[in-house]
Amino acid sequence: MMQHLRTLLFTLHRLLASPVSSALNILIMGIAISLPVGMYVLLQNVQDLSASVSSTPQVSVFLALNADKDEVAQIGKRLEQHQAIARAEFVPRAQALEQLKRNSGLADVIDGLNQNPLPDAYIVYPKTSEPKALEALRDELQKWPKVEHAQLDTAWARKLDALLGFVRLGVLILAGLLSIALVAITFNTIRLQILTQREEIEISKLIGATDGFIRRPFLYFGFVQGLAAGAAAWLIIAASLALLNAKLVGLAQLYGSSFTLHYLTAGDSLSLLLFAAYLGWLGAWLSVSQHLWQIEPE
Amino acid sequence: MIKFSQVNKRYPGGYEALKHLSFEIAEGEQVFLTGHSGAGKSTLLKLIAAIERPNGGSVVVKGQNVGSLKGGALPYLRRHLGLVFQDHKLLFDRSAFDNVMLPLQICGFDHRESAKRVRAALDKVGLLHREKANPIALSGGEQQRLCIARAIVNRPAILLADEPTGNLDSEYAHDIMSIFKSFHQVGVTLLIATHDEKILDRHSGRILSLKHGELLTTLPFATSGSSGQA
Repeated sequence: MMQHLRTLLFTLHRLLASPVSSALNILIMGIAISLPVGMYVLLQNVQDLSASVSSTPQVSVFLALNADKDEVAQIGKRLEQHQAIARAEFVPRAQALEQLKRNSGLADVIDGLNQNPLPDAYIVYPKTSEPKALEALRDELQKWPKVEHAQLDTAWARKLDALLGFVRLGVLILAGLLSIALVAITFNTIRLQILTQREEIEISKLIGATDGFIRRPFLYFGFVQGLAAGAAAWLIIAASLALLNAKLVGLAQLYGSSFTLHYLTAGDSLSLLLFAAYLGWLGAWLSVSQHLWQIEPE
Repeated sequence: MIKFSQVNKRYPGGYEALKHLSFEIAEGEQVFLTGHSGAGKSTLLKLIAAIERPNGGSVVVKGQNVGSLKGGALPYLRRHLGLVFQDHKLLFDRSAFDNVMLPLQICGFDHRESAKRVRAALDKVGLLHREKANPIALSGGEQQRLCIARAIVNRPAILLADEPTGNLDSEYAHDIMSIFKSFHQVGVTLLIATHDEKILDRHSGRILSLKHGELLTTLPFATSGSSGQA
């Protein structure tokens, strides 16, 4: 135990012995990690946003233009009584036209129309938000008499989901590549260390050092350097998010929203640090395994 | 303690360094290994420390067949050996104290206990007042003594020395030899390779003489203070 602690202190000492090159190494590795992880955080944010929007799916049911008042009321009743539906909101065609006038900025055009082209409609709020069930409900409503068209309003969210899945794959590929780069950087750092400490290693072997003893400081070095790089990445991401959030406040206000980007969760932060440390350890291990056996006393 | 039976050592390229070598060194003996340069003295020492492996025959050290020892067991064999090198093999990135500390760190000794032992070893070779010095600031004789301190700090049963007085003038050489003598007196088995005739004249012990990789003679030296008979 004491020996491990001493090795750890020795490792920190070695890192601090060449502060500039250590800092540069850690920075390069930190930036490499922060790219995919930062993208992951943004992705997570977009996903949360889309989930919050599509978690209240609607089905718009447009009635036929020739449906009379009784028929409209009857459909309303059927909708209210339907098991899969929480509630239904009636939008009379006149009101729909008003809304369109107000929101679209096409008031002049609409005023020029001879008659209201919009049908009466119901906005249906289903009990479930499960895509398959929603599609089934839409198909069912579509077949009702005097229903012209039923439209599921979560389609765009599903398209977004598919797009996000695609982007997520891209982030994963990037993360894989940069992980390899991280291992390679550590591999090379340790290789150089082994070369400069060739004499010490040789002498240590001569006076009875086990391979484990010789390997340990290098593995610790890789681990600590990886951990520091993980911490650097975390800081880079946190600082970038803080900058983006400062800009986002104004932007979100324009849309009447209070949307801000979430930071990394505690669990994600821990995973980030541990994974970076593991990659550093792995690079060191590969390097030591590759180079240590070549150094034998003569 | 050390037993060679029909040992052959051939280096890549066909050069035969040792041929059919057989001898035995008992516990507590002091043995000098002589011969011209290239006679195989260093090779013989390397075989004992398993730095080289024999091509034939067996090398047994403390009851273990060194030639067939697995890589993982090697460090533990070497911990029984104190090695003194002609070129000292000191580390110049640390103090004299830390150089002597290295074997104890490797064995995982408690720090405070180690510090005591290091000082005792430095005292024995007369370098206690230089413990903070970098080895590069030490004279050749002092470097050799530091190397000896490192070899004995672990209290090994066997001390192997390869030309320990090789680059030293006779006064320093005498110092070194009297240090070795004091170890011999406390029961350490000593094997010293040297081509220095003066040392052989002045010190007691058995002599193994090598010529072209073959053992010439085994001369028993039975002077006072030596237990040296095989």
